[in-house]
Amino acid sequence: MELHTLKAHELQDKLRKKEVSATEIAQSFLKRIDAVEDKVQAFITRTPEAALAQARRVDEKIARGERLAPLAGLPGVLKDNICVKGTKTTCGSRILENFVPPYDATVAARLAGQDAVILGKTNLDEFAMGSSTENSAFFTSRNPWDLSAVPGGSSGGSGAAVSAAMALWGLGSDTGGSVRLPAAFCGIVGLKPTYGRVSRYGLVAYGSSLDQIGPLTRDVRDCALVMGAIAGHDPLDSTSVEAPVPDYTKALVPDLKGMKIGIPKEYFVAGLDPAVEKAIQGAIEQLRSLGAECREVSMPHTEYALAAYYLIATSEASSNLARYDGVGYGHRGQGNDIVAMYKRTRTEGFGEEARRRIMLGTYALSSGYYDAYYLKALKVRTLIRQDFDKAFDQVDVLVAPISPTTAFKIGEKVEDPLAMYLQDVCTVPINLAGVPAISLPCGFSGGLPVGLQIIGRPLGEEALLRAAYAFEQANDYHRRLAPVGEV
Amino acid sequence: MDYEIVIGLEVHTELKTRSKIFCGCSTTFGAEQNTNVCPVCLGLPGVLPVLNAKVLEFAVRTGLALNCRILPFSKFDRKNYYYPDLPKNFQTSQYDLPIAVDGHLDIEVNGEARRIGITRVHMEEDAGKLVHAGTIAKSDYALVDYNRTGVPLLEIVSEPDIRSAEEAKAYLEKLKAILQYIDVSDCKMEEGSLRCDANISLRPRGESKFGTKAELKNLNSFKAVQKGLEYEALRQEQVLGEGGKIVQETRSWDDSRGVTVSLRSKEQAHDYRYFPEPDLVPIVVDPQWIEAIRRDLPELPDARQGRLVEQYGLSGYDAGVITASRAMADYFDGLVAAGAEAKAAANWLMGEVAKHLNASGQPVEECPVTAQALAELISLVDKGTISGKIAKTVFEEMWTSGKTAAAIVQEQGLIQISDAGEMVAIVERVIAANPQSVADYRAGKERAIGFLVGQVMKETKGRANPELVNRLLREHM
Amino acid sequence: MKITRQDVEQVALLSRLEIAGGEAEKFTGQLNAIFGYIDMLNKVDTEGVEPTAHVLPLKNVMRPDEVRASLPREEALANAPAREDGFFKVPKILEG
Repeated sequence: MELHTLKAHELQDKLRKKEVSATEIAQSFLKRIDAVEDKVQAFITRTPEAALAQARRVDEKIARGERLAPLAGLPGVLKDNICVKGTKTTCGSRILENFVPPYDATVAARLAGQDAVILGKTNLDEFAMGSSTENSAFFTSRNPWDLSAVPGGSSGGSGAAVSAAMALWGLGSDTGGSVRLPAAFCGIVGLKPTYGRVSRYGLVAYGSSLDQIGPLTRDVRDCALVMGAIAGHDPLDSTSVEAPVPDYTKALVPDLKGMKIGIPKEYFVAGLDPAVEKAIQGAIEQLRSLGAECREVSMPHTEYALAAYYLIATSEASSNLARYDGVGYGHRGQGNDIVAMYKRTRTEGFGEEARRRIMLGTYALSSGYYDAYYLKALKVRTLIRQDFDKAFDQVDVLVAPISPTTAFKIGEKVEDPLAMYLQDVCTVPINLAGVPAISLPCGFSGGLPVGLQIIGRPLGEEALLRAAYAFEQANDYHRRLAPVGEV
Repeated sequence: MDYEIVIGLEVHTELKTRSKIFCGCSTTFGAEQNTNVCPVCLGLPGVLPVLNAKVLEFAVRTGLALNCRILPFSKFDRKNYYYPDLPKNFQTSQYDLPIAVDGHLDIEVNGEARRIGITRVHMEEDAGKLVHAGTIAKSDYALVDYNRTGVPLLEIVSEPDIRSAEEAKAYLEKLKAILQYIDVSDCKMEEGSLRCDANISLRPRGESKFGTKAELKNLNSFKAVQKGLEYEALRQEQVLGEGGKIVQETRSWDDSRGVTVSLRSKEQAHDYRYFPEPDLVPIVVDPQWIEAIRRDLPELPDARQGRLVEQYGLSGYDAGVITASRAMADYFDGLVAAGAEAKAAANWLMGEVAKHLNASGQPVEECPVTAQALAELISLVDKGTISGKIAKTVFEEMWTSGKTAAAIVQEQGLIQISDAGEMVAIVERVIAANPQSVADYRAGKERAIGFLVGQVMKETKGRANPELVNRLLREHM
Repeated sequence: MKITRQDVEQVALLSRLEIAGGEAEKFTGQLNAIFGYIDMLNKVDTEGVEPTAHVLPLKNVMRPDEVRASLPREEALANAPAREDGFFKVPKILEG
């Protein structure tokens, strides 16, 4: 048995029993990366030396009999919009192609504090704007289940790396579905935590009021493990929640007796692929058989979420991305005066989607349109939150699709931005409401995984994980390994 | 036509916190370029701001001192524009819900009291500093220092209630005094910790509609504020008088040439695209906390001036001069507390002390002669131990050597000679040595006695009690 | 609501982006399609609805006024495209 096919919690166990060393684990993953990365193209930057050095430190701790942190010696990857001091952080953009942060993101510091082994930084749609990694300035990552299909985005590199067993876990960021969609497309588990649960300090901002870092893992237990490592209050993030972090693995019980599950009918509408719908309905039946009480609920403002989302996210982005101007860091274009330099820098440095969203957001905020667009979107956001509040008065969690379809082919949607945006229709309401949601596999269609979304109350990650775990354990999707081009 | 001048001032003041508004970098002025910077104030990708609690406290204190209403719900917004002194290309500021609104302050110009409305007080971050090689227009490049980026600022906006350049100066002086009294800012215009922009327009007297305004920048001193506004009012009057129209524009005061010049209109009109800062949460101040800050406010300039008049019988003018700065007023109170008689204390403060401070360029806080030490000197004069004239010499010596008045008087033997026995011998010697003057006096020339007193003073090195000398001379001639 | 080519050019200027000839047409078309979709929000009655700028009920998050270490200047300037004497260096500023 090869080590890289195991789950993080399984290797954690073996490491503690001294059946393997952290160095062996790291070497196994580095070998796996060498074997399949050419086909998958998940990494922007690989850090094998640092990974091995960290693994050796863990082995030394083991030799000295020191206590190990939960993630110690377990290799993972970070989306390349999470700052790591001294390691290039590009955001998948030319404009930050050579940017080396002089500081660590809070999650990076926490993982280092836990002796986690970092294998590298993964590909993404530029500044996390996209659903496929096709907006990366560097290359498009591949779906390990079908190399001609996208891995989903924007955290597609992390999704593909975990799915192709190049890493035990990955971190992504989710502004409108960017953790959950690649999890669904790649057949793994992805969690978008409650807004404020995981520090955003050091996560390069896209839509600040929506962004949240979350784990991508091969099963629910690993998800709970990584969540435990990254969640918690951070004084450097004013929007960080102070609530104590529970032991998420304690929530993992394989039955759902007494759990009330809501099925929001508005998530099952035209455009939903019949195969996807069938897999979701099958999953609902299974949840029921596991003891959950399922009932239909209504969330009447769902159809407006995507429009509100694109206004809010792009407005915030237009301001967040103003700093890339060639003055203090990043790419600088030629220009004889400051304004010419700004324009050249930003036109050369940003890809088309980033430029489109900057313009969209600038327009939405500009004088004369603010009330009609941005303010209107914030009000609709209130109505969407109220939909969730009302639903959670009746049920503990909600179940819905992640995406109307399974992974699409590379190149299929690049010419039609609106069609690409519609990919996010089932995921963006969750970010607008700030609630947590998990994606996990619930079936396959044409060899490609289908993602099931379970949505919880604010800070209700434990309920999500419990429902996801019970469902996962009743199936074997988490035991399947993506073929990565092999038949 | 008779025009009325309408002026509103926008004042920016740097708060004297230890650290910046959104990060822990030091606010120290004059550090080497780009040494008080960190990922947050450099606006690096991924960073987030966290509000300095002291900034909020200072803002509330200022709002209360300016008679404002503190808004129960306040928030930060982003003001978006591109400029290289602004690393994020947006300034974190407050837009529609500033911390304080609807205040006023009272000024007095030429004996006329006026109340100037304060529209709002809001918190924001300062920008960095640009250094141009040569002039801004001729230089090929500029250099940027981000030390000042993120230093906390309050913007204090007045209503367009000001009616003359003189009033504008009085408003600014009063505002500065208040900010210093409540200890939130150093208000050093020369270091940029107090900055002032003005909006000025003219309208026919009696008209209620405002005329087109010009925004005046680069008013770097109190004098510049007054001169710049005086010039601009004249310029506008002339334009209007010739049947011309005022263009809404930004103009810069050129202090060396004494004129305002139009700044080339910007490439496009600004569209700041304000929206709520998503990285900072709202501010909801507790009314009890506001009341606690209100209770802790020190006595403000107007109240203090009133007290000095009432309690010590100082003239309104003197009390005004002394209370114009808190440090000066504190020094005065220190003198009185140390036993000095109030009027003498006021005279010393506005006389010798002010003269020496002006000459040395020091603020009163750094006065080498403490209030306690000066009070001792004043009491030596009161008791007749030394003469008023000698006291000035002693003060001089105290200033340079730091010694006490008593020690100097002792060392140099400056004690006034009030003993008639000791004096008689000297008086007789002077009378004997100056027969001509004595003859003149006896012939009725009263002036001659002045010369003889002078001679006695010379003999005694100024230590003689002048009244005693006068009496003895008359008796002995 | 129709977005014109002039609107796109104005927005590009505000965003400090250049728009090449063919791109202006393309962006105009795309932004019209996207805002055409967004205009569905006009159907929502938001009378009396408070806007949500923050999903969290957080308020008054502050730090004490304490000085913390700044970056060594070399690290602050390490990513700068151009520098001189410890300053960041930028092209001339035409704006008055």
